[in-house]
Amino acid sequence: MSTETDVISGLEAAALRELGAVSDAAALEEWRVAFLGRKGRVTLLLRSLPELPMEQRRDVGARGNALKRRLDEELELRKQALESRRIEEVISDRVDVTLPGPPIPRGRLHPITQTLRDMLGVFKGMGFHAVEGPEVEWDHYNFEALRIPPDHPARDMWDTIWIDYEKDGRRPMLLRTHTSPNQVRFMEQHEPPIRIVVPGRCYRFEATDATHEWMLTQIEGLAVDKGISLTDLKGTLAAFARRIFGQDRQVTFRCSYFPFVEPGMEVSIDCFICRGEGCRTCGHVGWIEILGAGMVHPDILMSMGYDTDIYTGFAFGVGIERIAMLRYGVDDIRHFYSNDLRFLRQF
Amino acid sequence: MRVPLSWLSEYVDLRIDARELAHRLTVAGAEVSAIEEAGSWDGIVIARVEKVEPHPNADRLVLATVDIGDGTDAEVVCGAPNLQEGQKVAYAGIGTSLIDGYEGKPFVLKKAKIRGVESNGMICSEKELGLSENHTGILVLPEDSVVGQPLSSAVGDTILDVEVTANRADWLSIIGIAREVAALTDQRWRDPSLQYTEGKKLASKMARVEIADKDLCPRYIGAVIEGVKVGESPPWMQERLIAAGMRPINNIVDITNYVMLEVGQPLHAFDYDKVRGKKIVVRRAERGEKIKLLDGSKHRLTQDMLLICDGEGPTAVAGVMGGGDSEVSARTTTILLEAANFSGPSVRRTSQALKIRTDASTRFEKGLSRQLPAVGAARAVKLMTEICGGRPAQGLIDVFPGTEKDRRVTLTMERLERVLGLEVPNGEVRRILTSLGFTCRWLPPDRFIVKVPYWRTDVSIADDVIEEIARIYGYDQLPTSRLKGEVPDYVPVPILDLRERVRDAAAAAGLQEVITYSMTELEPMEHVLGPEELAMNPPLRLANPLSRQYEWARTTLRHSVLQALAGNLRGSQDRIGLFEVDRVYLPRVAELPEEREMLCAVIAGRAPDRWGSPTGDLPGFYDARAILDSVLDALKVKGEYKESVDFALLPGRSSEVFVGEDRAGCLGEVHPRVLGQLGIDVPVAILELDIGALLPHVPEGIHHQPVSPFPAVEEDLAVTVDEAVLAGNVAAAIESSPLVVSARVFDIYTGEQIPRGRKSLAFAITYQAPDRTLSDGDVAKQRGRIVERLKHEFNAELRA
Repeated sequence: MSTETDVISGLEAAALRELGAVSDAAALEEWRVAFLGRKGRVTLLLRSLPELPMEQRRDVGARGNALKRRLDEELELRKQALESRRIEEVISDRVDVTLPGPPIPRGRLHPITQTLRDMLGVFKGMGFHAVEGPEVEWDHYNFEALRIPPDHPARDMWDTIWIDYEKDGRRPMLLRTHTSPNQVRFMEQHEPPIRIVVPGRCYRFEATDATHEWMLTQIEGLAVDKGISLTDLKGTLAAFARRIFGQDRQVTFRCSYFPFVEPGMEVSIDCFICRGEGCRTCGHVGWIEILGAGMVHPDILMSMGYDTDIYTGFAFGVGIERIAMLRYGVDDIRHFYSNDLRFLRQF
Repeated sequence: MRVPLSWLSEYVDLRIDARELAHRLTVAGAEVSAIEEAGSWDGIVIARVEKVEPHPNADRLVLATVDIGDGTDAEVVCGAPNLQEGQKVAYAGIGTSLIDGYEGKPFVLKKAKIRGVESNGMICSEKELGLSENHTGILVLPEDSVVGQPLSSAVGDTILDVEVTANRADWLSIIGIAREVAALTDQRWRDPSLQYTEGKKLASKMARVEIADKDLCPRYIGAVIEGVKVGESPPWMQERLIAAGMRPINNIVDITNYVMLEVGQPLHAFDYDKVRGKKIVVRRAERGEKIKLLDGSKHRLTQDMLLICDGEGPTAVAGVMGGGDSEVSARTTTILLEAANFSGPSVRRTSQALKIRTDASTRFEKGLSRQLPAVGAARAVKLMTEICGGRPAQGLIDVFPGTEKDRRVTLTMERLERVLGLEVPNGEVRRILTSLGFTCRWLPPDRFIVKVPYWRTDVSIADDVIEEIARIYGYDQLPTSRLKGEVPDYVPVPILDLRERVRDAAAAAGLQEVITYSMTELEPMEHVLGPEELAMNPPLRLANPLSRQYEWARTTLRHSVLQALAGNLRGSQDRIGLFEVDRVYLPRVAELPEEREMLCAVIAGRAPDRWGSPTGDLPGFYDARAILDSVLDALKVKGEYKESVDFALLPGRSSEVFVGEDRAGCLGEVHPRVLGQLGIDVPVAILELDIGALLPHVPEGIHHQPVSPFPAVEEDLAVTVDEAVLAGNVAAAIESSPLVVSARVFDIYTGEQIPRGRKSLAFAITYQAPDRTLSDGDVAKQRGRIVERLKHEFNAELRA
């Protein structure tokens, strides 16, 4: 037996002895580096083969490689043993599945934002794009351009909050009472075909109670094109109501008056509490009013320079708070802007 | 408008029940907001008095046996002096709800012994039934009342409360509703009679009418009725007025009110003898002119108000209210009746300026027909003749400077179909329009010439007529369809999209969204904004705020969000994070204000531990910074933070954030002074972002960078710098060096081994090349350059 083979036997014994003492993955890695690493003892041994005399080289080479294989195998076995021991340890430390994890703060959007987005999403699906307009508005856009001149009795439909600003003895600036000014604002800048929805804040000089807020949010809708008719308006609004309130919703249309539409209508859905029988929620009529709408008045299309023999259009305005109250079963509109977290966290 | 069905039925047959009628009217545009049953008498039936016998123990009481129609008799103790055998009466059984005849309060009838005799129910007085205040005797029903039927079949009324829209002045009359009911139930209505016999005396000889301002008074009719006896009007008229919501006064005034309710024309009766100069002048008021009105109020008038004057001065404000001087009294014998037409806008302006709204002004302001005064005058004269014994003078004094032309509208079938989306047969169009009083003439090949009835002042174009057809046809009968045209091009509104991304980012950072009122008080704004800021953007004030609380258009969200926070603290230790994304209103001269989209967020309360219990960790600057970084990261923009001084924030703990050259917001710890003013007693970190300022810096899309397949090298670098040097600036300098992909501060140290006035900053630097594995030499070379650069820019020394 040559010296070299003794070295190999010694190396093997040392490696196996040290491996036996390894108790975790880090020590195992150290062991691997010490024996099998780039500068490990076995590697160095094998690398030194060319320096040996020819007659030894073959034998030492074979034994050295056998050693490397053996140690690779032992390493793998040890690794598996350590891993299964570790897993067993993990398993033995049982979790209590009924306990919560550490808290992760979750932000939420306001129910009005959520409802608004859902509604805009429905209209987007029908090709309506969202645009916006100012909340502080001119009397011109809020009223006059919508066929509501000063001293028109229809002004009573929108009790107005005015800005303390006078010009030529009049107050021309106000907090918009509806999103309808944007019909005119948009048509002034664009040509048909038009399909827009305009979300936004509106204000009314109105005492607050369970169903009235002085600050409210609306979505205005406007479509102007060739061949738009009242049946299209009905179809659009019925589709909207069913998407928001459910496919089995009954939708009813009745005549109403807004100076900027002709014909005009109000749209109701059947009360989902009583299904049309009459209850407290619907004021015992079986129906709940959700929006006002109509065909854009030809005077308005004409004042925009559109040819009313070619173009017709429809418009609608819907209050978000009311829709949110109905879909979430909120019984008092004032909850929305009181910002009580106990309320807001339910959404 | 209150419409008693008993009155309505005089002009049209009511062939459907009240509920169905209310529904059809509502659907057609005359919204019935309430159906009022005058008396809902559950358990009260019509009975016949079979026998009246003395009460054994009481002289003033009797025992009545009544047939209640179910085959049995009931014996009732009664004290009414007018009770007689054979009468039809209202019988209330045990358990019925009634009104106590003495106290006027509701009670439930119980079985009781009255002076030792059991009374099995009750025969009711009008008061007990809630019909009137009369409790002197029992209510005696008409002979043809049917025993056993509910009381409501014999007495009582149903009243529809109709919400009349601003365009339908004609619906402010019973006849107007009758016309509608006729059209909806396919019959004709019956107009009230206008026939009366005139006297010999010429009205035009008895008084003169002069219209000075024809623009505000297109027509004025004066009628003279002599020999009237002023007194109470007959019960039927009083009942109708009460049912319609008016108070009976005397027969003359009642007739003017009755006719107004009946046909919609407001009228005014002057005491002829008190009309000075026997002359009516309709003119604008003179500057400073004064008048005392019927309700006793005194007013100073302006030159745009229209007056009715006699020979010497004002006697009424036209279309609004009469004056006290020429009021009809018990001694009045001759009436000068006014039936006029006034300009709607003028009446409305005057009524608003004087803050007086009357039944007359609400009708005039909606625009009445100029033909209506003739109807109203004739009807009132007829009733004054019949009820007050009056003798009408011959003719009317009718000043009608302009005439009213018949309105004709051309309706093509093509337009009808274009607007409705449905072909309506000619016969149906004609049937509907005729039923509403329109006259149709077919003009081949394709159109109707439609004559509008005088009372329909709201109809002037083809589309108005189309609405008539649609609403009587029934909106619900129309089919539905989908929009067919091309979907228009997308109109990008970048600020809107960005604002919603900011909302999502803030919520993703763990904050709860709030929405607060955008009009606020001034005082809390003064707490969070410095005087210069307020002077630069003085908030817009509202002329008529709902309350002082909502008087100013806010120029910041800070106070609003802090107030929402204050409302939620309630002594809780838990961490709360709130945000609002909304507009602030920055004034511009003679223009609408700039409405700037802002984000404001606040954090308060202790951070939770693993179990959710509050730790000692209170929010500070870096918590706000973390949220702001997270929001900016979501938008793919990089903020640059600079120390700042802010009125509401703690100095040394506040910062501005810049994106590119633009100041995009600020953050910091709210000054305890401000917190105290807003009633908050815990530390609060706040941040604010100007979404509009951000907009130009937000990349439109995401451009993917290839991930380097070559290994990164991580190493630490520690330098000392003067204490004033900001670590972020040093990190930014390192990060902008070649081969560096990131540099992160991980330790800041002052103390032992560091010279006074200096601090040690340690950075974890990641080097990586996109195209090769970095060698030790590459990294060492770059490290050397960085150290040189830091020495040059920050006077930094490499720590050994």
